[in-house]
Amino acid sequence: MLRPYLHLVRAGFRRHSIYLAASLAGLFTNTVFGLLRVAVLLAVVGQTGSAAGYDAADTGTFVWLGQGLLAVVMIWPDRELAQRVRSGDVAIDLGRPWNLQPALLAQDLGRAGHAMLIRFGPPVLFGALVLPFRWPHSPWTVLVFALSTVLAVVISFAARFLLDLTAFWLLDNRGVATVYAAATGVLCGLTVPVAYFPDPIRIALYATPFPAMLQTPIDVFGERGATAALLGHQVLWAALLLAAGQLVLARATRKLVVQGG
Amino acid sequence: MTAVVRTEGLRREFTVGRRCARRRIVAVSDVDLQIEPGEAVGFLGPNGAGKSTTIKMLTGILVPTAGRLRVCDLDPTRQRRELARRLGVVFGQRSQLWWDLPLRESFDLLGAIHRVPGAEHRARLERCVDVLELGPFLDVAVRQLSLGQRMRGEVTAALLHGPQLLVLDEPTVGLDLVSKERLRTFLQEVNVVDGMTILLTTHDLPDVERLCRRVVVIDHGRVVADDAIDALRARSGGAREVVVELAEPAAPLTGIAGVSEVRVEADGVRQRLAFAPSDTTAAALIAAVAERVELRDVTVVEPSIEDLVRTLYAQN
Repeated sequence: MLRPYLHLVRAGFRRHSIYLAASLAGLFTNTVFGLLRVAVLLAVVGQTGSAAGYDAADTGTFVWLGQGLLAVVMIWPDRELAQRVRSGDVAIDLGRPWNLQPALLAQDLGRAGHAMLIRFGPPVLFGALVLPFRWPHSPWTVLVFALSTVLAVVISFAARFLLDLTAFWLLDNRGVATVYAAATGVLCGLTVPVAYFPDPIRIALYATPFPAMLQTPIDVFGERGATAALLGHQVLWAALLLAAGQLVLARATRKLVVQGG
Repeated sequence: MTAVVRTEGLRREFTVGRRCARRRIVAVSDVDLQIEPGEAVGFLGPNGAGKSTTIKMLTGILVPTAGRLRVCDLDPTRQRRELARRLGVVFGQRSQLWWDLPLRESFDLLGAIHRVPGAEHRARLERCVDVLELGPFLDVAVRQLSLGQRMRGEVTAALLHGPQLLVLDEPTVGLDLVSKERLRTFLQEVNVVDGMTILLTTHDLPDVERLCRRVVVIDHGRVVADDAIDALRARSGGAREVVVELAEPAAPLTGIAGVSEVRVEADGVRQRLAFAPSDTTAAALIAAVAERVELRDVTVVEPSIEDLVRTLYAQN
């Protein structure tokens, strides 16, 4: 039953392992931006010794995990499916004996696995060795963090899948994707920790899936908040977004007009 | 055995244009088609005739507006996934291979997706590698293959799960003569030896002549002819042409046995002699012309698909 999907996970990993130079370039960029962000946020913390419950070590951990995870979770849309809708190549994807959503999810998990090795490991190690960093107290936390990261990838995938499906109606979803990319950096806790926001805004943010894509695995690693509540929130959003994706996909294929000859 | 493809009154409309100028166009209308197991059918028509629309409906990726449709004993729209297991599709202009991965990994992945048992997968792959000579580039990434190599890969990909029906949408578009020929030979073998049913759309008449005994011609969304290819040729007048270039201008070369029409171009230096293959041969005709004038060059022109379709359409 699962064999095809396991193969797809491996294919997703392989597809990305081929572009090692691109991965290394991305890694370099992430690390440089990490240094800039650490400098800015440490300046904020430096005024009072801590900000919104983050001291220097918490801040370093937040920045380096965020820099590592952003490529793993892929918080910015890649629009691969949207472009296949636009070109009509989606006809091939729909002509295969699979359910498109889990098939693409499997490939995305493979991609994320590769990113975990190349894009997550090095910047986090670098940050941990060079700057203030807080390792978890409990060894279990690492396991829970891994689970939370997988959930974050699933949520991000499900959101990007829905975003790409808009191409069935819009044909070109660049506009929506740009708005999404602009919003997600702030809303998911990449720019500043979600804890920096005033309470009403923070509560409103948790009514969206965005914090669950990045802030939640970081919080799990930093042992902030109740683990069960954090993971529950992620599971809920993963289920909701995947279900919405299935519904919209069914609608999309019913109205499907494949572009081109 | 039941028909592999059976349609009754198949129809598809599209809405085009924006609000004020919105209108319905009929892409396919009243298509009745029946294809039996083991047949190789050429599906012809000019651009925009409705070929691709029909194929998309047959493969389940486009929902018909009206009509009945069964493919491999399934309802393509409702049972698209089940149908995908029994169908091999090659789109000449699209790729079903993974762009970044070596050809071999795409094949393994397809085998897994279609849940083909390992031994069966290896046997089918081995045969394709053998006949289509894929060996030298099996480990090359698909994006680095030449068009001819990729198309051989595409056909292999469509056959790995042992489909009942192979649908080829312009499989030879852009290929050079050698690649075309190799592909045709292989497809012919798959049809004749394995008895696989083939539905082929193309603009390339030699593709159809090599592979198909039966031809369905569609124009403006309607089937205008459905017959054996020879019968169609005969019915459409079957006009072939010998075009002769002369050393010096001559009077129209009339009076040669079997020639139905003579057209003079370039002040008599080039003349076009139309004939029906049933009346004479190109060789006899050229010999007769050579007796009367000095020849510089000769070309034999087959009726193009567009001509064939145009004649057929005019007759309807």
